[in-house]
Amino acid sequence: MSLLERNIREIHQGLCKREYSVSELVEESMRRIDSVDHQVKAFLFRNPFALEEAKKLDELTTPDGPLFGIPAGIKDNIVTKGMRTTCASRMLENYEPIYDAAVVKRLQAGQAVIMGKCNMDEFAMGSSNENSAFQITRNPWNPDYVPGGSSGGSAAAVAAREVQFALGSDTGGSIRQPAAYCGVVGLKPTYGLVSRYGLVAFASSLDQIGPITQNVEDAAYVLQTIAGHDPLDSTSARVEIPDYTQALTGEIKGLKIAVPKEYLGEGIDGEVREKIHAALHVFESLGARIEEVTLPHTEYAVAAYYILSSSEASSNLARFDGVRYGVRAEKSSNLIDMYKETRSQGFGQEVKRRIMIGTYALSSGYYDAYYLKAQKVRTLIKEDFEKVFAEFDLIVGPTAPTTAFKIGEKIDHPLTMYLNDILTIPVNLAGIPAISVPAGFASNGLPVGLQLIGKAFDETILLRAAYAYEKHTEHHKARPVLHSSPGE
Amino acid sequence: MKYETVIGLEVHAELSTKSKIFCGCSTEFGAPPNSNTCPVCLGHPGVLPVLNQEALRFAIKAALALNCEVGEYTRFDRKNYFYPDLPKAYQISQYDHPIGKRGWIEIEVNGERKRIGINRLHLEEDAGKLTHREGGKGTLVDFNRVGVPLIEIVSEPDLRSPEEARLYLEKLKAILQYTEVSDVKMEEGSLRCDANISIRPIGQKEFGTKTELKNMNTFSGVQRGLEYEEKRQAELLDSGQQVVQETRRWDEARRETVVMRSKEEAHDYRYFPDPDLVEIKITPEMIMEIKATIPELPDARRERYLSQYGLPAYDAEVITMSKKMADFFEETLSYGVEPKTVANWLMGELLGYLNKNSLELDQVSLTPRHLGKMIQLLEQGTISGKIAKTIFAEMLETGKEPEAIVAEKGLVQITDVAAITAMINNVLAAHPQSVEDYRNGKSQALGYLVGQVMKESKGKANPQLVNKILLDLLIGGSRNIDQ
Repeated sequence: MSLLERNIREIHQGLCKREYSVSELVEESMRRIDSVDHQVKAFLFRNPFALEEAKKLDELTTPDGPLFGIPAGIKDNIVTKGMRTTCASRMLENYEPIYDAAVVKRLQAGQAVIMGKCNMDEFAMGSSNENSAFQITRNPWNPDYVPGGSSGGSAAAVAAREVQFALGSDTGGSIRQPAAYCGVVGLKPTYGLVSRYGLVAFASSLDQIGPITQNVEDAAYVLQTIAGHDPLDSTSARVEIPDYTQALTGEIKGLKIAVPKEYLGEGIDGEVREKIHAALHVFESLGARIEEVTLPHTEYAVAAYYILSSSEASSNLARFDGVRYGVRAEKSSNLIDMYKETRSQGFGQEVKRRIMIGTYALSSGYYDAYYLKAQKVRTLIKEDFEKVFAEFDLIVGPTAPTTAFKIGEKIDHPLTMYLNDILTIPVNLAGIPAISVPAGFASNGLPVGLQLIGKAFDETILLRAAYAYEKHTEHHKARPVLHSSPGE
Repeated sequence: MKYETVIGLEVHAELSTKSKIFCGCSTEFGAPPNSNTCPVCLGHPGVLPVLNQEALRFAIKAALALNCEVGEYTRFDRKNYFYPDLPKAYQISQYDHPIGKRGWIEIEVNGERKRIGINRLHLEEDAGKLTHREGGKGTLVDFNRVGVPLIEIVSEPDLRSPEEARLYLEKLKAILQYTEVSDVKMEEGSLRCDANISIRPIGQKEFGTKTELKNMNTFSGVQRGLEYEEKRQAELLDSGQQVVQETRRWDEARRETVVMRSKEEAHDYRYFPDPDLVEIKITPEMIMEIKATIPELPDARRERYLSQYGLPAYDAEVITMSKKMADFFEETLSYGVEPKTVANWLMGELLGYLNKNSLELDQVSLTPRHLGKMIQLLEQGTISGKIAKTIFAEMLETGKEPEAIVAEKGLVQITDVAAITAMINNVLAAHPQSVEDYRNGKSQALGYLVGQVMKESKGKANPQLVNKILLDLLIGGSRNIDQ
């Protein structure tokens, strides 16, 4: 079994016992990327100093924390100083950040090795990775299919075992949905748990960075490293960070699980529904109690989300104007033309679409009808969850209504694409945490994801239940078959 | 006057915090271009704002000093527009929950007190500075100023003349200066003023069409700009035309307002609450604590000078215009000298010197101790008023103690009657024609003779004594001369 097939704890033990070195670990990751990424296309940029950093770590006497020497991928909307960061957009094609994101600093402090930057939908807008300006990442389970989005590159890199773990970002499902499509674990923490400083903002009140890993235990280790208050992020929560690994007991007897009827209704693929029911049986067999509930405002979540996220995005992306960094249109005759040319050339279709929607929603006379109204709907959605969590510990359902779709299949139907998000969006609106874990495969050979949703700052329960489920299933052990590049 | 003028002023003051409002960069004035910047104030991808608590406190302090209602809750909103001096393409400002509302200040117009309402005071970040190159060769941007905290103070349209506008500005500046939240220096850009002005036929309730006036860089410039605009609008209406709602630039050199080449049409700023900043609760305790740091303000101080020191209204007004001046005044009094005397020296010699040399009070070597001690010498009769002026000038330049200067230069006043009489006798003997002239009724000859005595004494003779003894001798006749 290759090194990267192990979990973080096992690798750490191996490093401590000097069974292998960080250099060997990193070399294996590099070989793997060289071998499969021409097919998977998960990476936009590779860290040329990865091996050098590995060698430096090998000179230290003892491996420190659990992430010591572990190869990682970083979604390309998280800034890495000196390492090109593009958000998969032509606008930032040439941008080299002048500072590191808070989470990158924490990974560096944890001595993980960053292997490179992962592909994504441009500026995190999309659910398939088809909106990247540079390349379309392939689902490692079937290259004709999308890996999901917007953290498609991160999820594919982990599924293809190119890296041990990756960081993604989730605004409306962008960690969980690609994790489900790629058969890996993806966790979106509570809003405010992980610092957003250095995450190129899409929708400020919804964005969160989270881990994408091969298994639940690894997610706990990564979360432990990146969670915590950051004075540079005013929306960062001042909460005590528990020891997440303590949650990995496998015990869920007496856990009260709610299943919203809105999550298993019309539009959910039959095979997906099957897998979810199977998962619920596993929970029951472990001593949990399952009950159906209702989240009555679910149907308004997508509309509220697109108004809020597009509005915030229209403002957040206004700084990309060609003045201080990034690309600038050449040969413009005046300032306004320069702005127009730069932004017309620099942004892709989906980004432009959302900027226009957002600008319209915030414009004079419409603020009350759209943005303000959407915020009020958001409160109702949050209250739906609070009512359920007054009686239950966890909410369970599918992560996505279907398995991954074919590349090009939905790209011409933006509304269809949007429906993909109905299971994940309400979680971001409410600011609560959620995790997607592999729940089996459909007859087309593609993974199905199970989503667990918890109370605010209750990642411990999520991890506990997810771990218990994982221990009693084998789904997370499956590996996609990838052919090496010719000549290997 | 056919028309009534209506003016509202929008004032921006830079808060004198050490660092910027949303990042740790220095706010120091005059640094090399783009040296006080960081990823946050440059609006790099992924950065986030963190509020400078001192900026918040200063803003609350200013609001309280201007009699505003400070609410329990305030928040920041984004004001979105594109311009190269605005890195994020939005300014973090405040829209519908400003820190202060419904305030007022009082001004005195033609001897009457008038209250001018303040609609709001809010906190926001400044933008950068653009320099247009010669010959259309592009524009340079300096981002040092981006993120400097500003308070924006919007008055109600209660001002009725350009003079009132200037008086309002002066009072506003004095109050803010007293609170020490801002340097409020128009010449350095820490105080800026835009105006809205309209006119309406006397008796009409509705306001006329207003124009916005920008680029007035001095207090008198504000008054001149408004006077010009007032006249321009009246001429338009008189000739049957309409006033166009537009933004105009005051051209100080040409003494006229011109339509600004607008950088944007009617702006829709698409205000919405900034999701990167949390709402701020202002507790009653916080308000009380900040209120306690507000010193005695100009009006109250001026009233006290009238009652406590019996100063004339004009003197009190001039001295309390600047907190430093008023503090200087009161500290000088601790040397037990006459308030009016101190006031005269401050308003006359000192202010004259400062204005002539474009200096601030804290840039000269003179201290209250210097002035106090000097006036003590004056009151004791050790020196005369004339000598005092010499000493004062030297103290300003060198900072030497008055007693030291007196000793060094031997400036003690001559009050010995015999000595003065001797000098007078010498002068009278040397100028018999003048004596004759005086006796024949030419009274100005006396002044000449006094001058000669002063010259003889190198300015040190006590002038009152000289006058008295000289008169006695002149009137007394030959018998006295012979003595």
